[in-house]
Amino acid sequence: MHELSLATSLIELACEHAAENGASRVTRLRVRLGVLAAVRRALYFCFEPAARGTACEGAVLEIDEVPLSVLCPACDAVKTPSGLYNFRCPTCGTPTPRVVTGREMQLVSVELDIPEAASESPPSAHRSDDSTSARP
Amino acid sequence: MCGVCGCGEGEARLDGRALAQARIPGEHGGHGHHHHAHGQGHGRRALVEIEQDILSKNDADAATNRARFGERGILALNLVSSPGAGKTTLLTATIETLKGSLPVAVIEGDQETANDADRIRAAGARAVQINTGRGCHLDAHTVGHAFDSLAPEIGTVLFIENVGNLVCPAAFDLGEDHKVAILSVAEGEDKPLKYPDMFAAAELMVLNKIDLLPYVEFDPDRAIEYARRVNPQIAVIRLSARTGEGMPAWLDWIRQASERALRARTASVA
Ligand SMILES: Nc1nc2c(ncn2[C@@H]2O[C@H](COP(=O)(O)OP(=O)(O)OP(=O)(O)O)[C@@H](O)[C@H]2O)c(=O)[nH]1
Ligand SMILES: [Mg+2]
Ligand SMILES: [Zn+2]
Repeated sequence: MHELSLATSLIELACEHAAENGASRVTRLRVRLGVLAAVRRALYFCFEPAARGTACEGAVLEIDEVPLSVLCPACDAVKTPSGLYNFRCPTCGTPTPRVVTGREMQLVSVELDIPEAASESPPSAHRSDDSTSARP
Repeated sequence: MCGVCGCGEGEARLDGRALAQARIPGEHGGHGHHHHAHGQGHGRRALVEIEQDILSKNDADAATNRARFGERGILALNLVSSPGAGKTTLLTATIETLKGSLPVAVIEGDQETANDADRIRAAGARAVQINTGRGCHLDAHTVGHAFDSLAPEIGTVLFIENVGNLVCPAAFDLGEDHKVAILSVAEGEDKPLKYPDMFAAAELMVLNKIDLLPYVEFDPDRAIEYARRVNPQIAVIRLSARTGEGMPAWLDWIRQASERALRARTASVA
């Protein structure tokens, strides 16, 4: 169900951008998921049913998975732990609760179908949102 | 196997590591839902860069809640556990002790029924019940409304009992000061490893139902070791909400956290 609400949030976000750009359809969504988000397979499951009846219906969902990296306070360096849930520095063994990458759940881009009428006065199709809400 | 695109078995072998890029389209091209070209012929295709958190709306609502809690020096605790670990029992026991010394209010999240809110009111605290229906977790927006209707006074300890579920509530910030994960000894000590997100997100793990230890195979030290593997800094309190054993440590933890919340308010008001 969590995946369903995640899928719903994703679709709402993509549909908003479609509407802003005068698009009739979203044909492709690119999503970035950290390994710790652990919802990748489930998101595939939920995406299609959740997209039904929206501008995202039938769109291709592409997911880039982001590996885990942590900040070791002792080495003062970004490290890759030896296991997904072993938050210790692989070099010095210090606990490393600060996750640098691996928790991402972001919509990276959408590919839109923009009908001719809307295309004539192209809105800001290539605008890049400043990512105001980057998670810690 | 994944019912949508046929990917699946292969993924499970990732073993939690490596994880190069997962690109579905090319390799799963045979599905009806991949329309790479559809014959409209008019108009155009545009790629729009977005770079936005999928849960950004929830995060924004959570930030609003957090600011409002902070204005009133409210300590907000988000209680998470699997179903039946003892969240409501712990709350009623807590309320009975804190009553008169600290203002307490409760937001109860369940898929159905108002049973838990009724139990809280019977124990003597104000409560609002949220029924999430199909949803398996609370979200910040709903909690904001519940907070409005409670309108807690300055210095209140606000408990938010999330829907019993060790997966989903981890991703949804409600604006709380801390998540408290409750693990009961009847559940097996490996839960922190199986549901690491929840234990990684929690400040405190309450190991509940220790009165049952003689009857179940559960090694508390191992459970704690597992929890610290996913969260080296997690605090742990062992208690029984039924017998009251260990409750003083929990109540102290709450009082201290509440004082911090009040001090932070005084500092920002001054
Ligand atoms: N023996 C024992 N039983 C307990 C303890 N705490 C709770 N229980 C029992 O565990 C059962 C579930 O307790 P609840 O407090 O309803 O659990 P919950 O986490 O609120 O459950 P949901 O809201 O449905 O997820 C009840 O039968 C409680 O009496 C405890 O410390 N010891
Ligand atoms: Mg309950
Ligand atoms: Zn190190």
